[in-house]
Amino acid sequence: MSSRRSRSSRQTGASMISEDQINDLVLQLHRLLPELGNNNRRSGKVSASKVLQETCTYIRNLNKEVDDLSERLSQLLESTDSAQAALIRSLLM
Amino acid sequence: MASLISDTEPPSHPHPSSTDLLRRKKRLSASSSASVTTGDDGDSHHARWRSEKQQRNYSAKLIQALQQVRLGSSSSSSAAATPSPKRGKAVREAADRALAVSARGRTLWSRAILANRIKLKFRKQKQPRPAAAIPAVITTTGSISSSGGGGRRSWKKRRVTVVKLNKKSIPTVNRKVRVLGRLVPGCRKESVPVILEEATDYIQALEMQVRAMKSLAELLSGSNSAPTRPI
Repeated sequence: MSSRRSRSSRQTGASMISEDQINDLVLQLHRLLPELGNNNRRSGKVSASKVLQETCTYIRNLNKEVDDLSERLSQLLESTDSAQAALIRSLLM
Repeated sequence: MASLISDTEPPSHPHPSSTDLLRRKKRLSASSSASVTTGDDGDSHHARWRSEKQQRNYSAKLIQALQQVRLGSSSSSSAAATPSPKRGKAVREAADRALAVSARGRTLWSRAILANRIKLKFRKQKQPRPAAAIPAVITTTGSISSSGGGGRRSWKKRRVTVVKLNKKSIPTVNRKVRVLGRLVPGCRKESVPVILEEATDYIQALEMQVRAMKSLAELLSGSNSAPTRPI
């Protein structure tokens, strides 16, 4: 984890950001994305703007999923009683 | 750290379905940790959010946070007017807080989430930080209506390799990075590499959050449908 910090060294004058750094980061981001439509285009070139676009979409989707799940969890929590909740807690440890 | 909080009450109810669910959850986290080893370049922070240890850690915190939400809401007013939207948001906030705590304060977004919660508690306005000096200053005029509109405009251009960003695409990339910065909490006015780095971590953390909450929901709904046994 310290290697990550030293690689993208935080410089005060922000004009010193190299493009290589940005490209590295974008590539890293691209690896994380779900590769739904990327299998065809994996020719070693990825468009930066496309990666960013998909990243935004993906984050929005994840947020929405978390919201839905938390909604569902809140309803489920209301209906379970405390004994079951304690049981689940013991299961998850 | 092995966050196996020693439980005072041993699971004295060896219900068959519950052990199945437990096995399924273990398989879920095991598969997720196995999947990262295949595509891992040795980036330690990629594996950080996918290790089983981290998942157990987060699940424990989540459970505790949710317990508090339940206790808080039930003690305050059981006959609340519209409990479900409030409870849903409370659950989301508790989950986010647990996630931010699991990040151990190493990332901007986790600190921003925790700071936001505390500030909201005390009803303070968040002070806007002075924007860092950025070379290619992106004048955010009214052209940034929505990222969808901006995206279509740039897709018509020829696809640019990441290896060389030519002059034409720098404003586009910067614009998108700004949008991304608004999505990740606490990165609204950071520089480009910071936003990208925070985004990678944030995505992984969100994925873990989704996995944990999904398995928790499955557990809860499974135990709900199971016949209640005598306690």
